[in-house]
Amino acid sequence: MKKRYWLFVPLLIFVVLAFLLWQGLGRDPSHRDSALLEKPFPAFSLTTLENDERTVDASLLEGQVTLVNVWGEWCPTCKREMPQLLTLAERGVHLVGVDYKDTRDKGQGFLEEFGNPFALNIFDPEGSLGFDLGVYGAPESFIVDARGNIRYHHTGYITPEDVEDVILPEIRRWQ
Amino acid sequence: MLIEILPEIGLYAMMLALAMALVQAIVPLAGSLTRRPLWMSYAGPMAWGQALFLLVAFVCLALGFLFNDFSVDYIAGNANSQLPWYYRLSAVWGGHEGSVLLWSMMMAFWGLAVSVFSRNLPRDMLARVLSVLGMINAGFLLFILATSSPFERILPAPPMEGADLNPLLQDPGLIVHPPMLYMGYVGFSVAFAFALAALMGGRLDAAWTRWARPWTNLAWAFLSVGIALGSWWAYYELGWGGWWFWDPVENASLMPWLAGTALMHSLAVTEKRGGFKSWTVLLAIVTFSLSLLGTFLVRSGVLTSVHAFANDPSRGTFILVLLGLTVGASLTLYAFRAPRVKSPLGFGWLSRDAMLLFNNIVLLVMTVTVLLGTLYPLILDSLNMGKISVGPPYFNALIVPLTVALGLFMGAGPVTRWKQMTARELIKRLWLSAAVSLAVALMIPWLYDGAWSLPVSLGLLVAAWIVVPLAREPLILIRRFGLRGPGKLSRSHYGMVLGHIGMAVTIVGVTMVSNYDHADNVRMSPGRSVEVGGYSFTMTQLNETRGPNYLSDRATIRVTQGDRLVTLLHPEKRFFTTRRQAMTETALDNGLTRDLYVAMGEALDDGESWAMRIQVKPFVRWLWLGALLMAAGGILAVCDKRYRHRSRTRQTMEARA
Repeated sequence: MKKRYWLFVPLLIFVVLAFLLWQGLGRDPSHRDSALLEKPFPAFSLTTLENDERTVDASLLEGQVTLVNVWGEWCPTCKREMPQLLTLAERGVHLVGVDYKDTRDKGQGFLEEFGNPFALNIFDPEGSLGFDLGVYGAPESFIVDARGNIRYHHTGYITPEDVEDVILPEIRRWQ
Repeated sequence: MLIEILPEIGLYAMMLALAMALVQAIVPLAGSLTRRPLWMSYAGPMAWGQALFLLVAFVCLALGFLFNDFSVDYIAGNANSQLPWYYRLSAVWGGHEGSVLLWSMMMAFWGLAVSVFSRNLPRDMLARVLSVLGMINAGFLLFILATSSPFERILPAPPMEGADLNPLLQDPGLIVHPPMLYMGYVGFSVAFAFALAALMGGRLDAAWTRWARPWTNLAWAFLSVGIALGSWWAYYELGWGGWWFWDPVENASLMPWLAGTALMHSLAVTEKRGGFKSWTVLLAIVTFSLSLLGTFLVRSGVLTSVHAFANDPSRGTFILVLLGLTVGASLTLYAFRAPRVKSPLGFGWLSRDAMLLFNNIVLLVMTVTVLLGTLYPLILDSLNMGKISVGPPYFNALIVPLTVALGLFMGAGPVTRWKQMTARELIKRLWLSAAVSLAVALMIPWLYDGAWSLPVSLGLLVAAWIVVPLAREPLILIRRFGLRGPGKLSRSHYGMVLGHIGMAVTIVGVTMVSNYDHADNVRMSPGRSVEVGGYSFTMTQLNETRGPNYLSDRATIRVTQGDRLVTLLHPEKRFFTTRRQAMTETALDNGLTRDLYVAMGEALDDGESWAMRIQVKPFVRWLWLGALLMAAGGILAVCDKRYRHRSRTRQTMEARA
């Protein structure tokens, strides 16, 4: 009968493998934070979406903890993300938007239709700021501390659960 | 209006299919355990019902796409009213939710096919097989309904327009690639179900392998075509001319293929000689487990990949639980019920049995190599040892020598005798083939390129060594019976021959394209010309054009060789307006001995120059041609006469009982 133990070997291997897979599940393999975290927000000089004569730069983000959200009218997921951003604004979070690869009319129309949680929107029609931020697509969000350093990077859609579980704790952490 | 409630009909049909899958999973199995024929006979009708209702669900989704029903979340996310109708149709499986529905529908159709074509199986065996299939599909349907329903609505404010299908997927190759791949993945569930049914019934004789063989061959053939299509698509669509990237998603499909190849051969030994019984059962379980693992890797987002599917941890958890239950339960069953090895080896080291054993070992080592390479980054990450990625150097360094070893046994295997033979006889049968292969391998690089080349000769030696010995048997028959002699060999024999030739053809393709390709990145503007690999490429025009859902910059490249005009090529850079995504549309001139490949890169600052990648790829078609031959071989083996002599099978069964 001793030989029968061998028959359990495949099962054992599988159990170990399954455990490792389970460990891997919660992780985001595309984490690209390391390059951006702890670094100052990239320098830029762009107009705002609201006013094409007002130019802003990175000093805009100094003085308080800010959630920078990269969005665009062309991005359907951004529409679904808006309720969460509005909630965050209601909870007192300071939000700045980056209207990414968009036209002014469409961007403004978007905010009229879906609401405007942003204190201000940086207008980035060429995607130059997005490029410096290493944005893959929209939406992406960054938490920038009062000194203008990037502290947290959220790739993709902020889900309703993320608001309480991830974003608000991160904001409090850097205040 | 009926059209407006199509998604609800689809959803309801899916629920009904789930209910039927559950009945199919439980009742026939209970019947087989309590010996109740009535309960066992539930299996057939449930298989029919399941297939029917999943078809209804699928058609509902497809109609939703055709009618641009953007109130359905999935449709809004993967289609657009400007998308041509055929891509709107293929968009049905362009995203996660539709893919899993397709997966499940195919699963149901495989089950249906088993119930239709296996009427001659002993009733309890069939009941158990279908019950296992029912369990798998019930799990899958639960997964779809719980986490990934394609019929989810966006109400009350549906978007007016959809987000469009990912431009990478707007391609004819991609219309058929996923269905083929899924047919393969899912098809291995049949061998798996047979193995489990045999374990449950304790009937681990050669009989189950005889029934499982054609199904395995068929699934394997589909998977071969699926993988080849994927590679072909990557080659012309991703724009950098590679044909295999050792990407996790590719590996996910390669692993079941390798294990499935081992399984086909192991099944042959078990059926013909009664050997490797325990091993064959284990391989059947492992092959399907790897198919499930592939699904998990692709669908859960634990690994990054060029395929970048929507990731969602809750889905990942669900599939992992499903994988754990299926594989864990089947391996436990295996551990308790697998037959013990009764006798020491019943064959000598120089025998077909031994060759097939070595072949199995090599294939398994390859599978493990790919598995480790794919999971290694994930394992390191789990153990908090950093994030790394394993690249082609690792895979090439291991898989290439393993393929050479595999080729060695593939050449010798078909001419060996079962059980045992002397070394002297084996040498007598093989020396001429060896000499011919060696001559071919040494000559061709010299004829083709004017220079000797060790890697090319090695690759061609393996390919020739696989093919040449296959001629021995037909030649003997011609000598003995004249020209009608070769007809005496069975179709499954010719299936084997075709499959092996396919492998050799693929090896030739890989060898030639890896060693003799020419590539150049150049700056091109109208009027400019460049020489690559003996061809002269001249840009004659640069235009802007408009497609149904994109704008495009299109160049005309005149290719000449000496004074002869070879062809005009039209590479494009398309900009998809809805998704605001740029795509490279490569221009290809196909040929059996070489492809000319031109891809547009980026527009350069002066406004009329473009960076272009120009490549000459010798014998690259052979890669995929080989895969098609392999698939044809698999199908030919399924057409073998003995699988149609149902009555004889039945008699044997009754005699056995």
